[in-house]
Amino acid sequence: MSRFLLGSISLWKREVVRFYRQRNRVIGALMPPLFIWFFLGSGFGKSFSAPGMEGAGYLEFFYPGVIALVVLFTSIYSAMSLIEDRRDGYLQGVLVSPMPRSAIIFGKVLGGTSQGFVQGVLLLILAPFIGIEFTLASVALILAIILTLSFGLTAFGIMMAWRTDSVSGFHAIMNFILMPMWLLSGAFFPVGGSAVWLNVVMRLNPLTYGVEALRGAFYAEAGNAVGLATLPAMFVMLGFGAVIFAATVMMANRPVRTS
Amino acid sequence: MSSLPTEPAVEARNLTHKYGDRTALRKVSMVVSQGSLFGIVGPNGSGKSTLFRILSTLQKPTDGSATVLGSDTLAASSLVRQKLGVVFQNSILDGKLTLRENLLHHGQYYGLGGRRLRERVDAALGQLRLADRAKDKVETLSGGMRRRGELAGCLLHEPPVLLLDEPTVGLDPVARRDFWDTITRIRAERSMTILVTTHLMDEAERCDRLALLHQGEVVALASPDELKADMGFDVITIRTTQPDALVNEVKAAYGWNARTDDHGVRIEVEAGHAQIGGLIERFEGRFESITLSKPSIEDVFFLRTGVKSDESGDGA
Repeated sequence: MSRFLLGSISLWKREVVRFYRQRNRVIGALMPPLFIWFFLGSGFGKSFSAPGMEGAGYLEFFYPGVIALVVLFTSIYSAMSLIEDRRDGYLQGVLVSPMPRSAIIFGKVLGGTSQGFVQGVLLLILAPFIGIEFTLASVALILAIILTLSFGLTAFGIMMAWRTDSVSGFHAIMNFILMPMWLLSGAFFPVGGSAVWLNVVMRLNPLTYGVEALRGAFYAEAGNAVGLATLPAMFVMLGFGAVIFAATVMMANRPVRTS
Repeated sequence: MSSLPTEPAVEARNLTHKYGDRTALRKVSMVVSQGSLFGIVGPNGSGKSTLFRILSTLQKPTDGSATVLGSDTLAASSLVRQKLGVVFQNSILDGKLTLRENLLHHGQYYGLGGRRLRERVDAALGQLRLADRAKDKVETLSGGMRRRGELAGCLLHEPPVLLLDEPTVGLDPVARRDFWDTITRIRAERSMTILVTTHLMDEAERCDRLALLHQGEVVALASPDELKADMGFDVITIRTTQPDALVNEVKAAYGWNARTDDHGVRIEVEAGHAQIGGLIERFEGRFESITLSKPSIEDVFFLRTGVKSDESGDGA
């Protein structure tokens, strides 16, 4: 095995082992979005109607969004492990090893990606209860979407965390970014029906494409507008992940801070 | 390793480092020869942490350069990293993982894998007397064991040069002595070069060669014995219940350099062996003990810088 992969996989494995040895983190990332989904969904009930999804209640409309939210929270907060590693000294030990910086970033991103992926996929268990039916193709597509979304969001989290040295600082920054990101992602209300300026903002939000792709994938069989949006949205997410990952590697490769 | 035996293990050439306006290192040059135990000694704020970060490839100096076995720490950083084992002040072990898991990960970061890695992990655990704790989570180990565990991690890729940054900070005296015994043993078994930073003078005494660092500059570069011989005086220490009176008497009668310190009265005098008899006669019945010794590295440091090595300077 190449040194690059050996190092990356090692970091990845550590990340996953740590996550599941801290059970409260698993619950912590899962519960808040689920509560929001259940209360809002039950609250709005049938008094809500989205274009292209007439007849679906709010619980059903919001369902792809809640998967995206769980992935968002898990992925972004997995990046906090990087800050903890920096604070505790673990990262120093990794940084003085001959592993390339790109391998370190890759291992860290894989770690968060798999956490986000597993948590997101866990939520699929709820699908039958709101009447969503899967085919083999739609399941494969949904898994691919959740994976792509986790990767992009984790890379974004790692990028934000690379230069941050306190967990509380990271929280402050991420609250500032995450709040508009999840409110304006199309998870809560459809992109199409909003004001024009908001529509533009939502189109600039990478999470919008994750929600859109997921929602489409659930109804891909129908062949309607909602379903057709899936593939283009996936490409946007892939592009987002690739660009952010490359930018993070470049940042990590810059000579160490001199001040 | 394929390096020439005459090549320095570590060399610093005119290293200068500035944090904004503050100069942490000023034209620091030193040569660490292969196989030596080299100490970088200085109080907090003397610049030794900055020097350590530069040598371990984690920081880019403002000016000057450093090499490890001929490879530049900046231009050939990944080569340098392969040749170095580094023990930091902070633990590089993950408390949530077992010691063995930690070592396996660490070896993988250095490109080791498979059976070769497992064998080396077991060998290192054995050499550092940790085999029976290998399956315990690191957070349950004592400070001394953790230090040895870090050392084990750093030895897996068999580096020719070991860098230790204040390795005994936070350890109790027993663990501290134990750690140094381990270092001495490993050095003999693996014929490594070891470079250690410390502000503890008894640790400095163990080194073959020292660089005394003060306010970012090297104020002395020699073996502990050479540094002491340079002082030109011996130290006579008198333990007594009336130190102030004795100091005044010594000053009045002999004109020697005398003062009180933690132990009682401290007298600096040339050829102490010829003088101690007279002091014993003179103060008979007024002291608990009287001892003659060579100056310590502490004394050397004080004489060269005017500050005690365990006093903090400004900043870290």
